[in-house]
Amino acid sequence: MENEMEIIFDAVSDNEAFARVAVAAFVSNLNPTMEELADIKTAVSEAVTNSIIHGYENLYGYGRPGRCPADRKKTNEGKVRIRCVLEDDVLHIQVTDKGKGIENVEQAMEPLYTTKPELERSGMGFAFMEAFMDDLEVESTPGEGTVVSMTKKLGVSAWIDGKEQ
Amino acid sequence: MNQVMEDDFQVIDNCLMIRLPEEIDHHRAGYISENADRHLMRSDVQNVVFDFENTRFMDSSGIGVIMGRYRKISCFGGKVYVVHADSQILRILRVSGLQKVVEIM
Repeated sequence: MENEMEIIFDAVSDNEAFARVAVAAFVSNLNPTMEELADIKTAVSEAVTNSIIHGYENLYGYGRPGRCPADRKKTNEGKVRIRCVLEDDVLHIQVTDKGKGIENVEQAMEPLYTTKPELERSGMGFAFMEAFMDDLEVESTPGEGTVVSMTKKLGVSAWIDGKEQ
Repeated sequence: MNQVMEDDFQVIDNCLMIRLPEEIDHHRAGYISENADRHLMRSDVQNVVFDFENTRFMDSSGIGVIMGRYRKISCFGGKVYVVHADSQILRILRVSGLQKVVEIM
């Protein structure tokens, strides 16, 4: 079975919950386990949050109505695009932004590395994506944007968890 | 339900109890940190307890919240406790390595 969907939304923090729920709903007819759904939601949340606060530097982003100064409004021009493709039980997710891009992808992917410690970013975003998905690829061009591609095979987590014990 | 309310922050003896919302992402992490820090400054608080009873989702922003509070109180000998975390939250804490610095109950 093949299935595909694409959503484009404003790069504001209010949309983080929408994005991960939309992706989770897209895979729901495959009867994923609660754990798989949580993994996917976490990975999508990390990727989208990265786009919003790093790609577009939407720093005020706590969704506080009226708190952001009027001249900051232009940051909302940025859009985040999520494309999901289902090939049988393999889910491909691509999160794309046209933000400022990443100078050094390798460094950005290091656990605990963050450019925004003042925002209490833990620097665990890419590490979480790697941990909760099967495959992660990051392509970025400074000044043009970033594409994060993730893959996860569904229906194997029960087997893996059984092996862990 | 998802809004952080004032009575979600309670000081009992020398512990600040924080009842966390259903979902913790970057969007809500700011509220939680700000409110927590206000209580940490205002009262004679030594320890912080994060109550995950209602929480079904957390990403690395939640790790940032816990880590930030830990930094603020650990230098005065305070401890951070995590209570009522479900298996998914525990997984996140394990992957982040935070389980080594906070007390999970």
